[in-house]
Amino acid sequence: MLCFLCVRNEAARLPHFLRHHRALGVRHFLAVDNASTDGTAALLGDQPDVSLWRTDASYKASRFGMDWLTWLQMRHGHGHWCLTLDADELLIYPYWQTRPLAALTDWLQDQGRDSFGALTVDMYPEGPVSQGQVSPEDDPIAHLAWFDAGNYLVQVQPRMRNLWIQGGVRTRVFFADRPRRAPTLNKIPLVRWNRRHAYVNSTHALLPPRLNQVYATDGGELTSGVLLHTKFLPGIAERSAEEKARAQHFGNAEQYAAYYDHLVESPVLHTRASTRYTGWRQMEALGLLSRGGWV
Amino acid sequence: MTLGVVMLCHTALERAAQLARHWAEHGCPVVLHVDARTPEAQVDRLHAALKDLPDIRFIPRLPCEWGTFGMVQATLDASTRMLADFPQVTHVLLASGSCLPIKPVRALQDHLAAHPTTDFIESVTTADVGWTIGGLNEERFTLRFPFNWKRQRRLFDGYVNLQRALGFRRELPQGLTPHLGSQWWCLTRPTLQAILTHPDRPRLDRYFRRVWIPDESYFQSLVRQVSTRIESRSLTLSKFDYQGRPYIFYDDHLHLLRQADAFVARKAWPQADLLYRTFLTPDGDRAFASEPSPGKINRLFAKAVERRVKGRPGLYMQSRFPNRARGGTLSAAPYGVFSGFSALFPDFQPWLSRALDARVHGHLFAFDRVQFAGDEPVFKGGLSDSPTLRDYNPRSFLANLIWNTRGETQCFQFGPEDEQAIAPTLAADPNASIFVITGAFAIPLWQSGRSAAEVRAEAARLQKVESDFVHLLNRPETKARTRLWSLAEFIENPTEPLEQLVDLLHPRAAHRVGALPQLVNLTGFGSFLQDLRNQGMAPVLMGDFPSDAELSQPSPPFARPRVVR
Repeated sequence: MLCFLCVRNEAARLPHFLRHHRALGVRHFLAVDNASTDGTAALLGDQPDVSLWRTDASYKASRFGMDWLTWLQMRHGHGHWCLTLDADELLIYPYWQTRPLAALTDWLQDQGRDSFGALTVDMYPEGPVSQGQVSPEDDPIAHLAWFDAGNYLVQVQPRMRNLWIQGGVRTRVFFADRPRRAPTLNKIPLVRWNRRHAYVNSTHALLPPRLNQVYATDGGELTSGVLLHTKFLPGIAERSAEEKARAQHFGNAEQYAAYYDHLVESPVLHTRASTRYTGWRQMEALGLLSRGGWV
Repeated sequence: MTLGVVMLCHTALERAAQLARHWAEHGCPVVLHVDARTPEAQVDRLHAALKDLPDIRFIPRLPCEWGTFGMVQATLDASTRMLADFPQVTHVLLASGSCLPIKPVRALQDHLAAHPTTDFIESVTTADVGWTIGGLNEERFTLRFPFNWKRQRRLFDGYVNLQRALGFRRELPQGLTPHLGSQWWCLTRPTLQAILTHPDRPRLDRYFRRVWIPDESYFQSLVRQVSTRIESRSLTLSKFDYQGRPYIFYDDHLHLLRQADAFVARKAWPQADLLYRTFLTPDGDRAFASEPSPGKINRLFAKAVERRVKGRPGLYMQSRFPNRARGGTLSAAPYGVFSGFSALFPDFQPWLSRALDARVHGHLFAFDRVQFAGDEPVFKGGLSDSPTLRDYNPRSFLANLIWNTRGETQCFQFGPEDEQAIAPTLAADPNASIFVITGAFAIPLWQSGRSAAEVRAEAARLQKVESDFVHLLNRPETKARTRLWSLAEFIENPTEPLEQLVDLLHPRAAHRVGALPQLVNLTGFGSFLQDLRNQGMAPVLMGDFPSDAELSQPSPPFARPRVVR
């Protein structure tokens, strides 16, 4: 079980990120550090199970890091189940506390499936996003305990046969007036890799297209997971200011200026309609992930 | 009595070694067969791991491809060896390399000693089988299966269909009544002996070589000819998913397995350390106190299969997105859509909310804002009142609303003045109950105090939109329950329609008592309609609306408050 990630200034998230995914049974992390200035590289270099590559090249010009990772996957991923994540994503799936990823991938393989879908769920704190303190060793979900449970917008993209899901708190608060621009939340982070595979657009879609069929169309449910998204940790305001200045994100960085400006003001995302996270069983009851017949 | 174990292995041989040792150390001779396709090095390690045990035998390896006769041949060979090498054996259990004993071996031995002449083998006639996959049960015995089901699925299916079309049937060997059942059995020595020395065996074996999945039918059928006492159940717990693949037990199933009434469980995940540790340690016996509760296990697995196959209706998410034919137009629960009612009854919403014990929203699809009940800016589950967001994907908006509020009936107002993109979805949803008073859209126009000349264009536009909606609802494809009244028809006797809709949406509301909502005073509306006509518009959806003079006649249904049942 390999985990690929591309990071920039994630020293505050990595200790818990590594611990969480190690506990799931990731044997080795293959990380690309994109010119971090906060000691990320040193932190990763100190880990016994991390192989580190460093680059100062443009994140945007490398399709947001995907070109770097695709090369690593081609070289090292072939024949393995590979997890591709961002440092602010924590993968959970049915029974994740009691069954390692190998149990999940055995089950998927038995079912004849080579890929596994997960929904990104933006987690947020109760108060203003910049308030509070979370130490790198802490579980960030204790602070980011809230999420939007039932405002996800689903449509099919016929070209790649993948679903396009938007919604969650970012869509509700920052993109309500231009929903087309709202972030894509569906991901396919776990794939039984073949050197001929390639992620097309972040980890939202892959080639060949059959790997994007992580949903049932016959009324049934397939097994799926959730990526707990820890974006809204207290440093978010400063980070947003920096991201805006770097203009390295997404198709059209200017579209995101308003979004970053809003975040710099440290808004409260929590409302009376927010849901407090209690675990994967709750996520399943809410319909955000599914056991899909796995017992 | 002595129990012998025939063990068929192909992977995870370290576990197989552990299991064989467990059986052997509890006084059970073991005969092992390892699939010929398993790498030699692994098999050597297995031999080495067991070489200190005297009562272990290995038999020559055959390829055991799923669904083929190889598995039966291996079982026959191993059983022959068992009976020949271990004359003390009185019962033989067929197990796999991942069949974990979940009760003490002692308990199984006691059970068999108490039933010395009983054969424990699931054996059901093809007519009574409900579990087979691919719709094949009797045809397993009457068709030919030269193609591999897993690797050559299309050829397999095509050849089956061809034989069906041609009416091809194989002749059954004389005296054979096909029976099916779990592969994992426990037979007495005389029964097994009788099968192995069956006078017809060469012919039977030839026949079963061409039967599909013979490991589920060979012993299950032959046992009927030779056994004196059959208990048709397996002592091995095994559960299958909807495609017939066995479910795997993990560490977190420990509690569940303790409640099983079987003696062995198939199959345990090789890395389920806790399970192996608990059930294979000598004093693991202490872990078996629980009362058996097989019903609970059955329910759990039945529910899981249902979730995989049917899913949760009305849920649209990352791993469930049904197409139209498979429930893609269905929402999670019944809900009510009301058109024209709030124009006619100013306090309609609070009244409806009381009468139905439901959440009653305003115009959810209004152009300027989503009118959630109580004017919430963010509704349950994080639904925003932004009309832009709603109109970006109205189907998701509606599906989410109904999904998020399961357990509480939702109602909302909808009319020609609203955004109409959702209308086809409403009409196609079997869970929608749509009540329309056609023409009621004119009441607010009349109440606005503007002249007929001023509102004429607007009235014509609304009438066009509403008649499109009515047309949509009247199409044969419509799956929603619909009730339509013209305004004239409705005010003639408003009690009955109101009672009807309460009955429809809340059938158990019989005990509920409440006054009818107050009808708006319509004196003057008739002249307003006449004015519209005079302006050149043809207000038709209202029906034959009475003139003001007719309307002023006292009519009994309005005079007294009615009890709504």
